[in-house]
Amino acid sequence: MAIDAHEIRNWLEAECPVEMRAATRGDEDVCWGGRRWAFQSPAQKLWFERCLARGFTVPTWPREYGGAGLSRDEADVLYAEMRRIGARPPLTSFGISMLGPALLAFGTPAQKAEHLPRIALGQIRWCQGYSEPGAGSDLASLATRAEDKGDHFLVNGQKIWTSYADKADWIFCLVRTNRDAKKQLGISFVLIDMATPGVSTRPIVLISGKSPFCETFFDDVAVPKGNLVGKLDRGWDVAKYLLTHEREMIAGGGSNLFDSHALDKAAAQVRPKDPILRAKIAEAAVDTYAFDATRRRYSDEVARGGELGARSALLKYDGAELNKRRHELAMSLAGADGLYFDGNREPGVAEGWLRSKGNSIEGGTSEVMLDIVAKRLLDLPAD
Amino acid sequence: MLTLDEDQTLLMDSARAGVAQASPVSEYRRLREPQGEGFSRRFWATCGEMGWSGVLVDEAHGGSGFGVLGAGLLAREMARTLTLSPFLSTAVLAAAALGAGGSPAQRQEWLPRIAAAEAIVAFAHEDTPGGWPTMAHLESPDFRLEGEKSFVLDGHVADALIVSARTDNGPYLVLVDPKANGVSRQTRILVDGRRVATYRFEGVEVDEFAFLPGGALALERTLDVARAVLAASACGVAEEAFRRTLEYLKERRQFDRRIGSFQALQHRAGLAHIAVENAWSATLVALQALDSGANSAAFDVAVAKSKASRAAQEVTAECLQMHGGVGMTDAFDVGLYLKRARVDATLFGDAAFHADRVATMLGY
Repeated sequence: MAIDAHEIRNWLEAECPVEMRAATRGDEDVCWGGRRWAFQSPAQKLWFERCLARGFTVPTWPREYGGAGLSRDEADVLYAEMRRIGARPPLTSFGISMLGPALLAFGTPAQKAEHLPRIALGQIRWCQGYSEPGAGSDLASLATRAEDKGDHFLVNGQKIWTSYADKADWIFCLVRTNRDAKKQLGISFVLIDMATPGVSTRPIVLISGKSPFCETFFDDVAVPKGNLVGKLDRGWDVAKYLLTHEREMIAGGGSNLFDSHALDKAAAQVRPKDPILRAKIAEAAVDTYAFDATRRRYSDEVARGGELGARSALLKYDGAELNKRRHELAMSLAGADGLYFDGNREPGVAEGWLRSKGNSIEGGTSEVMLDIVAKRLLDLPAD
Repeated sequence: MLTLDEDQTLLMDSARAGVAQASPVSEYRRLREPQGEGFSRRFWATCGEMGWSGVLVDEAHGGSGFGVLGAGLLAREMARTLTLSPFLSTAVLAAAALGAGGSPAQRQEWLPRIAAAEAIVAFAHEDTPGGWPTMAHLESPDFRLEGEKSFVLDGHVADALIVSARTDNGPYLVLVDPKANGVSRQTRILVDGRRVATYRFEGVEVDEFAFLPGGALALERTLDVARAVLAASACGVAEEAFRRTLEYLKERRQFDRRIGSFQALQHRAGLAHIAVENAWSATLVALQALDSGANSAAFDVAVAKSKASRAAQEVTAECLQMHGGVGMTDAFDVGLYLKRARVDATLFGDAAFHADRVATMLGY
């Protein structure tokens, strides 16, 4: 099936509501879906439903799971046309960006049939349970345990930095199923319904004043054996695969909705008189365009049969560091006005700046990313 | 697609092998010495045989027509071994200027000789700071050229010059015979051993057929092609210096372990790798944009030259540091790459110059 750019363009012109062609200002503009989801505007609902009818909430997924069955090249045509009019994604979720690709690669037919359509339809909102208080950068030391109770696992432990756990319906989790094996080899990947008795969450207030992350507690939670993804004790393979997708997403600035060219647009409006600030913004622009080119190049190489592999760590490092740098400059550009934090002002600059500090921590710290670049891409020795 | 097709990959691979064989770093060490011409006529002849000197010349004029991306790939490979040759002056600058702005007669006269590596044509653009700006004014029936130009690559051996000059009708490129009355020159040696000439034009007679009809557009196109190809060259310098440094990090032992195992060096190596990756990506975008005639080409070139210049300077400096004391010696090659990077970074606008253009084009 070939996709027709002309047809897509006409369809978007006719079907994408004008309100859905403006940049998202923040979380309040994002369509997340889920059991408790309420659309934030009629236009958001309309746009979601129209995309859903064509499989465009997950364009590259097979039709049987609610996708449009597009190839990567065909999806690129769609995305390019969407970018052309500034169309928002009809549906955003960790089910689409993270769990879905992992299930497509590792899930059983039954798991795919159960979970993928509900992600595509926006019926279930997922969150990710990886980090723990004692397992941050050293994720493989995680201690949340799942005991084999015959027909089910009994899960006990605590996760932290669980994005939107208080709003999510299901969680995909790394749990320890074997305490005798080497630490990476005793971990399994399980899916848990957040409505199961014994699951509770507590939001964490960040320096930005917002609470996108939670602590998640598991207290004698019974999980059916059928919710194990991949092989028992081999969940690390699934997690690594999935982390690649998370790092790509963070590299794209996708985690905090910051347009990587917003700084240039702001600078063109303000026209900084300070030549030193102008020079720093210009250098950040050069680095941003060069980084965008690297992302495109890697993506094109993958499309021609290569593999992204450990290069996702390079993208994650650079994307996160660049985003932090741009947010620092956006604050400098705003000057003293950027300091107001009392609700009586345009939202965004200070919150975005504070939020960006997490970019080089979440999904693997910048220091861990550089370790991966050095060891996996440059083949530097361990001793 | 930001990837190379089969022909481009073949060109790159054959250039890498050919350059390594015909123009190794040992050859650079011989040619940089102050006696001699500062380049190898034999290697230049090889460029003719391989179709490299005709990379920007169309097939009708005897060229191989690989385009700007092809020129960038060749410059990048030649840079890996610090090759000294008239490739940039003649195969890139002169061929681009004639191709973009030359009359049929001018192209017929020079392009086949460039493609065959039978002529060296230098491009004189940089007005000497504080000197006379180069002007061509009409003194009927001919024009007279006055002024000074610096950093004329291979100007010391040029068979012809293409000179940028201001006229009453805006900037023009004009073909000048370096042996004409009123033309004088002085040869200078740059920090990387490259030869350039400073030219002085005093009442040099030029007739109307010496002007390239392409005018200011041809000048802009030529500068952008040169900038993008220099960015590619800077990428080659940085990549090769870094490749050699990685080998050193894996061999050199201190404190009973290989120094490449120290996290302080691993992270710095990681940053250098990211810099060269981004520099090449930006350069590839610019080279492709010049070939496809994209509207964004001038912007893409400014990004590429700024990024590649900064990356080459920073990465080669890091490479020297990671070599420790031997990096400061002339016997080790890493210092040669540092010097070459600085020259590629500075010619035709350095990182700051092009970042300033980027900001202006973005509206601030």
